[in-house]
Amino acid sequence: MKVSYFPGCTLKNKAKELDKYSYLCAEKLGVTLEEIEEWQCCGGVFSTAKDEIASKLSSVRALKAAKSKEQPLITVCSGCHNVIKQTNYVMQNDKEFADKVNKYMAEEEAYNGEAEVYNYLELLRDVVGFDKVKEAVTNPLGGKKIAAYYGCLLLRPNSVMKMDDPENPKIMEDLISAMGAEPVIYANRNECCGGYIALEDPKAAEKRSNDIIRNAKAMGAEMIITACPLCKYNLVKNGADIPVVYFTELLAEALGVKEEKDGE
Amino acid sequence: MQRIGVFVCWCGSNIAGTVDVKAVAEALKSEPGVVFSTEYQYMCSQAGQDLIKDAVKEHNLTGIVVCSCSPRMHEATFRKTAAAAGLNPYMVEIANIREQCSWVHKEMPLGTEKAIILGKAAVAKVNLNAPLTPGQSPVTKRALVIGGGIAGIQTALDIADAGFPVDIVEKKPTIGGKMAQLDKTFPTLDCAACILTPKMVDAAQNENIRIFSYSEVEAVKGFVGNFEVKIKKKARYVDETKCTGCGACIEKCPQKKVPNEFNLGMDNRRAIYIPFAQAVPKVATIDADYCNMLKNGKCGVCTKFCAAGAIDYKQKDEIIEEKYGAIVVATGFEPISMEKFDEFAYSQSKDVITSLEFERLTNAAGPTAGKLLRPSDGKHPHKIVFVQCVGSRCASCAEKGKEYCSKICCMYTAKHAMLTRDKYPDTDVTVFYIDVRTPGKNFDEFQRRAVEEYGVNYVKGMVGKVTPEGDKLIVRGSDLIANKQIKIDADLVVLAAAIEPDKTARPLATMLTASMDTNDFFTEAHPKLRPVESPTAGVFLSGTCQGPKDIPETVSQAGAAASKVIGLLQKDMLLGNPCVASSNQLMCNGCSSCERVCPYGAISYEDKEFPGPNRTVKVRRVATVNPAVCQGCGACTVACPSGAMDLNGFMNSQIMAEVDAICK
Repeated sequence: MKVSYFPGCTLKNKAKELDKYSYLCAEKLGVTLEEIEEWQCCGGVFSTAKDEIASKLSSVRALKAAKSKEQPLITVCSGCHNVIKQTNYVMQNDKEFADKVNKYMAEEEAYNGEAEVYNYLELLRDVVGFDKVKEAVTNPLGGKKIAAYYGCLLLRPNSVMKMDDPENPKIMEDLISAMGAEPVIYANRNECCGGYIALEDPKAAEKRSNDIIRNAKAMGAEMIITACPLCKYNLVKNGADIPVVYFTELLAEALGVKEEKDGE
Repeated sequence: MQRIGVFVCWCGSNIAGTVDVKAVAEALKSEPGVVFSTEYQYMCSQAGQDLIKDAVKEHNLTGIVVCSCSPRMHEATFRKTAAAAGLNPYMVEIANIREQCSWVHKEMPLGTEKAIILGKAAVAKVNLNAPLTPGQSPVTKRALVIGGGIAGIQTALDIADAGFPVDIVEKKPTIGGKMAQLDKTFPTLDCAACILTPKMVDAAQNENIRIFSYSEVEAVKGFVGNFEVKIKKKARYVDETKCTGCGACIEKCPQKKVPNEFNLGMDNRRAIYIPFAQAVPKVATIDADYCNMLKNGKCGVCTKFCAAGAIDYKQKDEIIEEKYGAIVVATGFEPISMEKFDEFAYSQSKDVITSLEFERLTNAAGPTAGKLLRPSDGKHPHKIVFVQCVGSRCASCAEKGKEYCSKICCMYTAKHAMLTRDKYPDTDVTVFYIDVRTPGKNFDEFQRRAVEEYGVNYVKGMVGKVTPEGDKLIVRGSDLIANKQIKIDADLVVLAAAIEPDKTARPLATMLTASMDTNDFFTEAHPKLRPVESPTAGVFLSGTCQGPKDIPETVSQAGAAASKVIGLLQKDMLLGNPCVASSNQLMCNGCSSCERVCPYGAISYEDKEFPGPNRTVKVRRVATVNPAVCQGCGACTVACPSGAMDLNGFMNSQIMAEVDAICK
């Protein structure tokens, strides 16, 4: 099947592995990611904190593009997913806001949240199916103990994201099991890494990140996987002494589509 | 032609508030067959019923329509009224203009219009009603109690005391249920075992009580007064009549690593076991999942040490068939699984436990012999956090918890907190709560004592997260009164898990055709006026299978259920329901469709002679209905392709007349 794909800025710079392996893994699982044309930055997480319209327009453009191709829109970065999903929710539920946006866009057809937005993890769980992922694994991860790190943006607010129980999620753990590794449940897997506060108060971000790494290790984790470039940045920068990798990278390894030199 | 009287009830303002009752009475006056029509404030009252009786005599009525509440509420009342006035009780029809009309409409014109239409339909039906006479059936004077916890034991004892034989079916190897696992009971703090075990012994010694332990109900047939029940007595591989309960086999059993369910897996038992010292019956049971002899034929140690020769590896499940007049459901509860509440780190740390596990840890017969020690390292905990409402009152998370209040947690948590402070004054105890709910005799005084005399720290707010950190548990919660976030480095966290009905309740309800609510609690016949009866005749409810309850409430309900059973069993004959199916054998083509859909096995086929053309005789296979078994569900009348099946009191012609009246 073919789906629309929104990579996001970071995936073309710092988080190239997240992007590249999204393509390779999807192809292996029979899904073609079609990158939407002339996509722009999702607007960044800051835009969700304000009622501003301008900063949400680029998300709406991405959503409209998917709608016009009658495809679901797949995101992979937690930040982009949160912004686009929340924008779509506002377009569905806040008529006044949607009218204003449609006037700005000044295009023939109005957009009212018709497109469906899935995170890549939801694509794996709900469209492909974790059982199919398991069948496609050629290089099982040999019971390696892996901790899923969710952060805050992927699951919250639950009323909008509707992906998994934000207090006690299991979507990444189920993926880890499907890849033949052993998921490590640890309390801080859905705590915030510090996020953008790393710019203003690096000490605070350091403390947050350390709490997460220490807790994961104490529960026996040998590796942490995440879907969020900012989370990875904070965890690595603040001294993670076990590997922190994107989930698509690990999936590529399990599916046997990883290129040897990467991940260094 | 019938002479019909119409009686429209106001039900105070319940109906009259949104239905113009005078207009309804007036409109129905001109319906075919109606010779009298009136309204009254409370038709079910003595004065209302007298009004009906007088009208029957004065106007020579042959049929009655009462426009009032649901027939479930007062159909029986008005049938009695009709009978008192000399009419056949089945000449009464109820038009439900309350639950299905006035309560769901807000505007008077709409409500009135609908009430008139419903009244017309009832009149159309009564025009085709015929007098019906119920058959009689004898009552089997024996009761079945399903579940041997405190609810089942109390019900059985009360029925037995009235002189009727009772059987208790318990799925576990011993009766006693959850109460046997508890340490002390609120609000008096007497020990649970001291008040429960004498009752268990009473049950075992009562000559009117038989206990089928390690047994389950397999199938239920029949109806009130005449249930036929199949009970599966699971093979325990020990002859109950020979075993003396000496325990020699248990001591010698080499399979020592079986998680002990009585202590919630906090220690191990052997493959052959007696759940606890005061078990009733006190006989050993072999756990086939772990016994080496049963699994691969290698062992047999217990046979060697059994002086009574009670071990029988070849024992098979046994089916017992018995007849009962009444069935009491007492299947009880289970705490919910903590799997979906891992924000409290239950799977991550052994020192996060449920309240039932805490009971075992403080029980003298528990895995620590009553010493409060951490499961992880056996050390004494100095800071304990109790979290209430874990999975209860969870309106926003119904997919993982329960929307209802589990009712018992506030009190047992206060008990745990108080007992901890009493035994170990060096321990800090904090309780997180949403609300403290302590309605009950001496309950609020009890909880206040925990705070005021024992210094338990109650915090209004919920815990957001528990993080294991070294040998501590970092508990983060909010104090809503002080409006601040709190962090406690606790040694032990105790979760007051919500309670839910036992898993066996749902399949049992299907067998009994007894209804359940969305939470799988059994539904009572009326929430206020018939709280211990199921809507299915002859099925009664005892204890937490009907809703969360503490021990005093359970025991009162158990007694109430018993008194209803005794009332039923002391009758020699029961009047049946005459609204049963009957087959017009001239039209029946013998296709068996009805037989296949009948859930009660009430339909059978017979070869019967019918006159054919030219004085010949033709033998045809036709359906007959056993009216004593038929429950009048009507499934056969729908399935019958030739229209031969009809339901007395709900004839196809009557239903069509109602539809016509509504669509007119």
